[in-house]
Amino acid sequence: MALTLEEQPKVTLKERATKLNESLKGSQAWNSIFRPGSIFRKGYTDSPRNRSYVIMNSVLYHLHPVKVKRHAVKVSYTLCLGGLSFFLFILLTVTGIFLMFFYRPTATNAWQDIQSLQTSVTFGLMVRNMHRWGAHLMVLSVFLHMARVFYHGAYKAPREFNWVIGVILLTLTLLLSFTGYLLPWDQLALWAVAVGTNMMGYSPVIGSQVRFVLLGGVEIGAETLLRWYVLHVLLFPFITVIFLAVHFWRVRKDGGISGPL
Amino acid sequence: MTEIPEHLLKRAKAARDKSAAESGAGEAASGAASDSRIPEELLNRSKAAAAGGVAVAERVATGVATTAPNGNAPLGTGPGGHTQRLLTVVKSGSIQDVKAVPVDKVHTWPHLLGPEFVAALACTAFTFLFSWFVNAPLLQAANFNQTPNPSKAPWYFLGLQELLTMFHPMIAGVTLPGVALISLMLAPYMDRNPSNKPEDRKFLTSIFTVHLMFWAVLVIIGSFFRGPGFNFTFPWRDGIFFEL
Repeated sequence: MALTLEEQPKVTLKERATKLNESLKGSQAWNSIFRPGSIFRKGYTDSPRNRSYVIMNSVLYHLHPVKVKRHAVKVSYTLCLGGLSFFLFILLTVTGIFLMFFYRPTATNAWQDIQSLQTSVTFGLMVRNMHRWGAHLMVLSVFLHMARVFYHGAYKAPREFNWVIGVILLTLTLLLSFTGYLLPWDQLALWAVAVGTNMMGYSPVIGSQVRFVLLGGVEIGAETLLRWYVLHVLLFPFITVIFLAVHFWRVRKDGGISGPL
Repeated sequence: MTEIPEHLLKRAKAARDKSAAESGAGEAASGAASDSRIPEELLNRSKAAAAGGVAVAERVATGVATTAPNGNAPLGTGPGGHTQRLLTVVKSGSIQDVKAVPVDKVHTWPHLLGPEFVAALACTAFTFLFSWFVNAPLLQAANFNQTPNPSKAPWYFLGLQELLTMFHPMIAGVTLPGVALISLMLAPYMDRNPSNKPEDRKFLTSIFTVHLMFWAVLVIIGSFFRGPGFNFTFPWRDGIFFEL
């Protein structure tokens, strides 16, 4: 019995894995997913050509060029602030989608939903904390990014318009944060928003009208919660994504980031 | 040795197979060369060139010798027997951006993507750990009949709320932030100084820093030094009236 076993060619696990890997990489499905030249098709060994292919044959090409100025990769110049702002935006989108599963924007349910999210949903408290602290962190990082750009004089020609877009994005960040502030529907949220929106009413000519539209009435109420929910999870993120796209596109078209000093 | 990309190898192989298949068929079809669209003269010339290459030299020599185009010369031959003309010279500067000084560049992968990935990871780790230890506030459910004292806006608006104690709401809540926002947007158009060197921008840098400090101080006062009735307090004496 042992003899017959030995006579048969042994197929080791490693060989099987190699064979599976080869048939997978040769399949039409695999080749339809990854472009010719993708490192997932041809493997990666460190060479200048492959370094280019990593960017060129992946979706990253939408965000980054194949090569950047040497000084542009210095962390001491950018402090990563713009990139971190964008990353926090993604983090907030992911955690925000999670929160949406457990939240109803009505005056009777909102607070109770947050309460039960924290007490009876797995990781609910954790994700809510990350969303909240991430939001404050994003306001901070966007603000610091603006200060960094100003101190480097990076808004000068040909980057004037991208600075204007940046200021719009800063405003959108504040609006996103402020609309989200109301959603827990607790005492903190209600009265912070009351203070904030009271100021808005003093704008000349259109102040009271804008306030009426935003609040869905003359005072904050159940209508306000629904409106700000839609603004927070849909309208402002949508506008922000559009401006982000233009912002990143202009960074590349204006010749990469500014500098060196 | 750099490896040849797989798709190029495939393409080359396909082309080789095709030409092999065609040359097999081409032998048979060579008798019917007369109905090919290529002028016979050119075909002869290329055949001669394939044979020895001498014929081409002869052809050029005869072309130069017979200064006028004769019956043998292809259509459109110039007076010197030339079959090519220089139409125009396009200098590279006029159609492409020529960089006199080459820019010192590095590959995005790994020199930019690497740090970006580390930064994203560090940011996630920080947010995660902070969320582990500090819970987001959730006070009692909203109650319209019970105004908390003090009522404070979110921290980034506390500078504005602080201004409200000093100015008319119209000034503090609308005019000042509006002017700040618009002048921020117009900054690149108002700053006529082309230099980005810190030593050339001392004035503007100072102005901006003063504004930032002014704002930061207002926010800090509004956050930590305002108690019940939004009156001035000391956080070490009366405690902190501030929720993030």
